[in-house]
Amino acid sequence: MTYPIEKIRADFPILNEKIRNKPLVYLDNAASCQKPQAVIDSLVKLYSHDYANVHRGVHTLSMRSTDLFEAAREKVKTFINAASEKEVIFVRGATDAINLVAQTYGKANIHAGDEIIITAMEHHSNIVPWQMLCEEKGAILKIAPMNLAGELLMPEFEALLNSKTKLVSVVHMSNALGTINPVEKIIELAHAQNIPVLLDGAQAIPHTPVNVQKLDCDFYVFSGHKLYAPTGVGVLYGKQSLLEAMPPYQGGGDMIRTVTFEKSTYAGLPHKFEAGSPSIAEVIGLGAAIDYLNTIGMEAVAAHEAELLVYATEQALQIDGLKIIGEAKEKGAILSFTLGKIHPHDIGTMLDSLGIAIRAGHHCAMPVMDFYKVPATARASFAMYNTKAEIDVLILGIKNLIEMFG
Amino acid sequence: MFEDLRDLYQEVIFDHNRNPRNFYIMENYDRMVEGFNPLCGDRLTLFLKMDGDIITDASFQGSGCAISTASVSLMTEIVKGKTEAEAEALFKTFHEMTTGKDENINFEAVGKLAVLAGVREYPARVKCATLAWHTLDAALKNEQQSISTE
Repeated sequence: MTYPIEKIRADFPILNEKIRNKPLVYLDNAASCQKPQAVIDSLVKLYSHDYANVHRGVHTLSMRSTDLFEAAREKVKTFINAASEKEVIFVRGATDAINLVAQTYGKANIHAGDEIIITAMEHHSNIVPWQMLCEEKGAILKIAPMNLAGELLMPEFEALLNSKTKLVSVVHMSNALGTINPVEKIIELAHAQNIPVLLDGAQAIPHTPVNVQKLDCDFYVFSGHKLYAPTGVGVLYGKQSLLEAMPPYQGGGDMIRTVTFEKSTYAGLPHKFEAGSPSIAEVIGLGAAIDYLNTIGMEAVAAHEAELLVYATEQALQIDGLKIIGEAKEKGAILSFTLGKIHPHDIGTMLDSLGIAIRAGHHCAMPVMDFYKVPATARASFAMYNTKAEIDVLILGIKNLIEMFG
Repeated sequence: MFEDLRDLYQEVIFDHNRNPRNFYIMENYDRMVEGFNPLCGDRLTLFLKMDGDIITDASFQGSGCAISTASVSLMTEIVKGKTEAEAEALFKTFHEMTTGKDENINFEAVGKLAVLAGVREYPARVKCATLAWHTLDAALKNEQQSISTE
């Protein structure tokens, strides 16, 4: 079956926008994805017909909202193949999910002298929460190194695992380099020593099918807004046995069973970790995004994006002076690059004048920039709705700006 | 292809980006301050040589985009021989020009710096142009530390 690119493009109204009088070429998907009409409609429908707070009222609207909210949880469960909807915790985003694990699982299980392993290619969101925990506990953060292609050095990673290691927290797909890590092997090695593994799936999940039971990861986190859903919602998946044993995160409404001034008892999963009124519309929007993706199929999306990456890489390599940062064999649809002395921010402004949106900067991965000894890179990142014709526009723009800089 | 950008990227800016003036580490400096824009990673070190309240020499080191490199390069040229008060006044005029609150730019007061007026149309790039001047401001106030645009 051919990939329905025309239909998909028609489903995303923003792709009709003109930017500086040129058709929008949106290549900043690793920062955030655009939203299909189905997601936009789900918000309009909710607020126009079904909205009230969830898990509280006996009135009709509260029940409608609660049903839609819990249906979204069921959709996430199926999408990532979790064993139970109790394992799907709604949070604000991937960052919030990692902080939740650090502040609950981490505080309860990680002590002075213990070790946490991350990698050299992490986003700040999978570095700083662990640094904060280590500082508080006197634990040690270990960094698994990578090679110049941006691939994790597996023997070095394996050598870091020992009896003091209490958690491995690894990015599934790097936002700065595109590298897809060998997470199955990482999990196998860690589990051989009874060490749990958290996968930061913020970048991976929009680009590849994710099956948490097959992966056998202990935690998997992602943000909705990179999965064509609204901002302000994300998911923490955790194995039920681990989540049951973890202390609650924030205290408040919705996460309790009973409250007296002497003592409170906590709600069961998943509500134990969902204090306060949640991002109701955003969660329902995430459900709509998953429904939409299921009509296309994640395998088909992954195949389309792999084709785009191959084409973009071929074209980019023909440009004199362009250096690709991140050349892992296993790579998602991200093209991070530098153009010699031309600063990425100048590249970003110049491409913007042609209607092309890319990211220029350190991509919240300053240690990665330090590793490659660059202050920043320019990054074009592709999504399900991008085309080879858009890549041609990008490549022509890059060639022309190089000429202009002289 | 880049017609819309002619106001932002004037030839003078490309020239200073390719061949930055006063681009060296000054020995026997009187003031040294580091400027840093954490948003984009632009980093510069500004050196001043003073004679009383007169800036007799200025130089810089660092890396940044074309706008920030041109801005600091032009600044080191223009402040030489100026008193602290004159340089501070120029900073204020420059700041007003780039942040665009006043429609009427005093071209006489800013001289060559007028080539940077285009950034006012690009809010995301204003800090690239002003980093140099915030660093100078810190140096003139004798704040021996790093400054940040955030």
